[in-house]
Amino acid sequence: MTKQLLVSCFIVVTLVTGCTKKETGGATPAAEWASAPTILVGEYGSMTGGEATFGQSTHQGIELAFKEINAAGGVNGKKIELKSFDDEGKPENAATAVTKLITQDHVIALLGEVASSRSLAAAPIAQQNKIPMVSPSSTNPKVTEVGDYIFRVCFIDPFQGTVMAKFAHDNLKLKRVAILRDVKSDYSVGLANFFKETFTKLGGEIAGEETYVSGDIDFKAQLTSIKSAKPDGIFIPGYYTEVGLIARQARGLGIKAPLMGGDGWDSEQLFQIGKDAVVGSYFSNHYTTDSDDPHARNFIAAFKKEYNRVPDGLGAMGYDAAKVLADAMGRAKAITPADIRDALASTKDYVGVTGKITINDQRNATKSAVVVKVAGDHNTFVTTINP
Amino acid sequence: MVYGILQLINFAHSDVYMIGAFLGYYSARWLNVSDSPGYGSFFAVLIIAMVGCSLLGFTIERLAYRPLRNAPKLNALITAIGVSLFLEYSGQIVFGANPRLFPNILADSIIFTFGEVRITRFDATILFTSLGLMAILRYIIQNTKLGKAMRATSYNGQWASLMGIPVDRIISMTFVIGSSLAAAGGILVGIKYPKIEPLMGVMIGLKAFVAAVLGGIGNIPGAVLGALIMGVAEEFVVGYGASTYRDALAFGILIVILLFRPAGLLGKFTVEKV
Repeated sequence: MTKQLLVSCFIVVTLVTGCTKKETGGATPAAEWASAPTILVGEYGSMTGGEATFGQSTHQGIELAFKEINAAGGVNGKKIELKSFDDEGKPENAATAVTKLITQDHVIALLGEVASSRSLAAAPIAQQNKIPMVSPSSTNPKVTEVGDYIFRVCFIDPFQGTVMAKFAHDNLKLKRVAILRDVKSDYSVGLANFFKETFTKLGGEIAGEETYVSGDIDFKAQLTSIKSAKPDGIFIPGYYTEVGLIARQARGLGIKAPLMGGDGWDSEQLFQIGKDAVVGSYFSNHYTTDSDDPHARNFIAAFKKEYNRVPDGLGAMGYDAAKVLADAMGRAKAITPADIRDALASTKDYVGVTGKITINDQRNATKSAVVVKVAGDHNTFVTTINP
Repeated sequence: MVYGILQLINFAHSDVYMIGAFLGYYSARWLNVSDSPGYGSFFAVLIIAMVGCSLLGFTIERLAYRPLRNAPKLNALITAIGVSLFLEYSGQIVFGANPRLFPNILADSIIFTFGEVRITRFDATILFTSLGLMAILRYIIQNTKLGKAMRATSYNGQWASLMGIPVDRIISMTFVIGSSLAAAGGILVGIKYPKIEPLMGVMIGLKAFVAAVLGGIGNIPGAVLGALIMGVAEEFVVGYGASTYRDALAFGILIVILLFRPAGLLGKFTVEKV
């Protein structure tokens, strides 16, 4: 019995030490990066799960961007290689994905994530390992506050909240708005707070606040409660799968008030799930397919040719994030994470397909937002709101 | 039913429910039901899903539980968990992990308004289908020979076989009936809450287990009562409290019941005499 015990202990110990060795050993990444024939960039996103279209669209945008860059010769002669990871929409997986990309694959920079909760799970790991991370569409301000290696190419929720609050108050002339937020999502909670702050400052009243959890399929109780408060509008700063269901159930209960939301609504699935219930609703977004900016039009045409679908905001932001990163790599003194980081921080007036991108001191981009109206399987542009 | 006869908690039941919903999804699309929503389509899809899941339940019993009939109960329980995980993750591979939208097999309309409360056609269909199925189940168990045999087997399997009851076949029938009911549940939920995905059975399965314990495990009317109490309580918590406590309530009830009345509301505490 003791002999068996000793043998098993021995095996366990060998396995454990064997495992850890692989991660900390090997050649230093710096030497690897200088001598490698390609530049390895890591991407992590939600290719499956409740926000699958976010990850897939972003991935397509990034792929298209790198394809164009490599076709034009790459960055300083070196082509960019992309390694993607599906985090299935779960923050724990985002953390594991980023750890693996940094420690095992030795990527020199990271692109991701769309959802703020997942960016927040991964950012500390990137910051600790001093690998620059560029988020294409995470809007919660806390993401870039993690450290000086974390960047984003989109606006942040304090601004986005004001956008919808102003739109609701000035354009739609709403006086009482109810809020239905997703407590599992940092994005949703943050955006709801910023909306509330601005809307009340403009003189509006919050008719009621209810909560749900992403993954829920039944919102009748919350909607009944909201209905009895008789709001002029409902602000739902969540993600498209739940928003579609909420819209259906709201209309089913007889709630006729207009629905509003943020960029989490941006998906072709929104209309697939919500159908007529979402038509006539408004949401704030990073870009619109109605744009007549030539850069945007070229991008939309190229994307359509490559993937046979019209790009949504996520695809456009993924494209811009990838291009901004490549631009920074081109301007960096050498291909090392620290130099790329410095080049990213000094990005000024980069002309992207979603507008001019300047990275400010908080490592965020100051950009305008658009408000679009859901008109079926496409959205129509309503107005632009500048910071 | 399964616990009553086999003392086995069938964790895979909620995944049979999920498979039922997906069978409904695929058969509705195959039959091109969205072109003609109505009760005909509803019953067609329901029958297909119920038959499909009966076969699935039969197969699971044959392959996973029967070989362990004489093994310690714990082994069968772990196998049940294994079957559950197998179904969930195979579902993810076969159906993809993204949620799907259940097609429109029935047109919704408001039947009855009572102040602020609206009763829709979906609600009525679900209620009457459930009541109908429960009535059929009760009839089978109380008024047929099969039901009598099932009750005898649940009382004592060995004595039942001594009396000439083919216990293996009875157990298979139990699984067939149970699985077809699970499929019906899947279809009804799919109509009302059209988002379906391979992991949809997980939370529902846990809450169904709590409902069964609440009512008295092994006791069918108890399960119905338990489910009613849990459903209503959950909606009250969400409506008047915070929706985040919806799941906490379910497990809170489990803890309270096990502390104060472990046999359940309608259960009897049987003492096992050696």
